[in-house]
Amino acid sequence: MSGNIYIYIAIVAITSYLIRVLPLTLIRKPIKNKFFRSFLYYVPYVTLAVMTFPAIIEATGTPLAGALALVVGIVMAWKGLGLFPVAIACCVVAYIAGLFFH
Amino acid sequence: MNTKAFRDGIRDGIPICLGYLAVSFSLGISAREAGLTPFQGFITSFLENASAGEYIAFALIGAGATYIEVCLMTIIANARYLLMSCAMSQRFSEDTPFFHRFLVAFDLTDELFGIAIARPGYLNPYYSYGAFLVALPGWSIGTAIGIMAGNMLPEDIVSALSVALFGMFLAIIIPPAKKDKIVLVLIIISFTASYLFSVIPGIRSISSGTRTIILTLLIAGTAALLFPVKEEETEAVS
Repeated sequence: MSGNIYIYIAIVAITSYLIRVLPLTLIRKPIKNKFFRSFLYYVPYVTLAVMTFPAIIEATGTPLAGALALVVGIVMAWKGLGLFPVAIACCVVAYIAGLFFH
Repeated sequence: MNTKAFRDGIRDGIPICLGYLAVSFSLGISAREAGLTPFQGFITSFLENASAGEYIAFALIGAGATYIEVCLMTIIANARYLLMSCAMSQRFSEDTPFFHRFLVAFDLTDELFGIAIARPGYLNPYYSYGAFLVALPGWSIGTAIGIMAGNMLPEDIVSALSVALFGMFLAIIIPPAKKDKIVLVLIIISFTASYLFSVIPGIRSISSGTRTIILTLLIAGTAALLFPVKEEETEAVS
């Protein structure tokens, strides 16, 4: 560490807050542009999907455990179970599969 | 109405809190390597609220990077929140007092954005506050515990807990894919492209945060060109 730790913390805190707050406060009106509206509609699904795979496979030490958690998560989510049951089921599956396949 | 939203937020924030505890715990281990005390790790997590962004920040701090470098990498690692913040701006009712935008922005993370945007209609900021109330302590205390406890928790439990966040992502994106086939196809394309980006030499050395931005712009942009959404649809879901 060469700089002052609290200056580092202030930099990351202020920078990350500005990134989050500027669009929310500068864009006050509904966006009329059809392309941009459609783009923003698709953004969350694409972003979250990109972040989930293949990261879930690599999240545990055992790729197979991650893959099983992915399959179980997709099936449970497809059946309409909520955030908590799906998240817990994925953890349990990953843990048990980790015991067997490690 | 607001009280119910607040309670709903707390309820939906609990799995996020659990997932955050696991992830921030491992984040704390890298913060310790960078030389941070539990208190410093706590405030960093309380103020930045970003897993990839904080990993990078801790690595840079540990390596003695300049302030400018830390600032630039924080922008790159967190740039996807710009897009999420744009998306959220469209979901605020004009009747919602303006100051709520400043508060909701404070903890705009992948997960908390995901659950807020998944609710139908206009955003109720109190829903987000309820979720923040449980998620923020999980995230920041988890970091501090990670710095203090290091590797005390068994490795296999930590790694199993780290899957929780992805389980939540699935619970957010899969149900809408059932109703909207374009969303379903987009998810499949996103999975495939994200996998390819993680193995193709050259591209795979780009940080995962930057890859997420590139893929989001490409895939969501192309989808918006080819399949523009009808007015009422964007109002109902986006």
